[in-house]
Amino acid sequence: MEIKINGEILTLSPSTLMDLVRHRGLDPGSVVMEHNLKVIDQAAWETTQINHGDTIELLSFVGGG
Amino acid sequence: METSDKLILGKREFSSRLLTGTGKFASNELIPPMLEASGSEIITVALRRIDQGAGDDNILKHIPKQTTLLPNTSGARTAEEAVRIARIARQAGCGDFIKIEVITDMRYLMPDNQETLKATQILVQEGFIVLPYVMPDLTLSYRLQDAGAAAVMPLGSPIGSNQGILTRPIIELIIDSIEIPVIVDAGIGKPSQAAEAMEMGADAVLVNTAIATSEDPVTAGAAFSMAVKAGRMAYRTEMGPESIQANASSPLTGFLRG
Repeated sequence: MEIKINGEILTLSPSTLMDLVRHRGLDPGSVVMEHNLKVIDQAAWETTQINHGDTIELLSFVGGG
Repeated sequence: METSDKLILGKREFSSRLLTGTGKFASNELIPPMLEASGSEIITVALRRIDQGAGDDNILKHIPKQTTLLPNTSGARTAEEAVRIARIARQAGCGDFIKIEVITDMRYLMPDNQETLKATQILVQEGFIVLPYVMPDLTLSYRLQDAGAAAVMPLGSPIGSNQGILTRPIIELIIDSIEIPVIVDAGIGKPSQAAEAMEMGADAVLVNTAIATSEDPVTAGAAFSMAVKAGRMAYRTEMGPESIQANASSPLTGFLRG
C-alpha cells in the first residue's frame, strides 16, 4: 500500500503507527504523530492501523525562537 | 507607585517581562539554568518534521514544568499552515499559547502581516492565546487587537541580526495606541536594547539569539533580566522629557564672585 509520510509517498506493508516508529528507530517520547490530520496519543499507536492512502506526519519539538 | 506589575497574557499573569527562546543553544542542557538565571517564565519552541536519520532530542525534555511553552509556527508560509501547526502543538500537549510566525521572505525573514492576521482570527476563535509576530504597523495592530490577539509582537530588526530596535518610531506609536501588551521580538542583541524597549513602554521583550549564542547564555540571561527590570522600572517612574537646551542640575547663582 502507498502512504504519504512527511510529504513523501512510500510503499509500506500493513502495519501500525508504533511499527512505523520502531522501524524508523525513533524515540517514541520525542515523536509527535499526526495521522490523517489528527494528532494521535502515543497510547494509541499500537492499535492504530495504517491504511492505504493515509497521510502521516512524524514531527518533533525542536529549539526555536 | 503600586507594587504589583504583572504582565497579563490571555488570563494568565506573569512576573517576568523577559520571554526567551530555545533556538541555537550550543547545548540544550543550558536551557534550565538560563531560565533560572533570567527568571523567564515563557519560552518558545518550534515543531519540525523528523528527517530520517536525524537525532531527535526532544526540546521539551529540557524545559522545566512550571515554564509556559510558547510554540511558534515557524516554517509556515501561509495562514493555513500556521493554523495547522498551532493545532498540532496544542494537541501534542503544549497548551493554548501560540506565537504566529508566517514567513515567506527567506533573506530578511520578514513576517507576512496579512497571513498572520488571518491566522490570528482563526486561532482566537479556537480558544488559543495568540501572540502574532509582525512587522510593526499601527493599523494592523488595531486589527489584531480587534481579532482578539493576546498581544502584538512587532520586530525590532530582522531575526537574529542583533541590530536593536530599528523600528522604534513605529513601535512607539503602537505602544501609545493599543490596549493589548506590546512585546518587542527579534533583533534585540544587547541588554541595553532590551532596556530601551522597556523604557519606551513595551510590556515585554522576547530574546533568543542574543542569549543562546552568547559564550555564556546563563550569565547573558541574568544580564537581560536585569536590563528588562531596569527599563521597566524607569518607564514606570515617568522619566523626564528630552530638550535641546541644558537644564541645570546644580545651582547657578554667582558663587565666589563679586
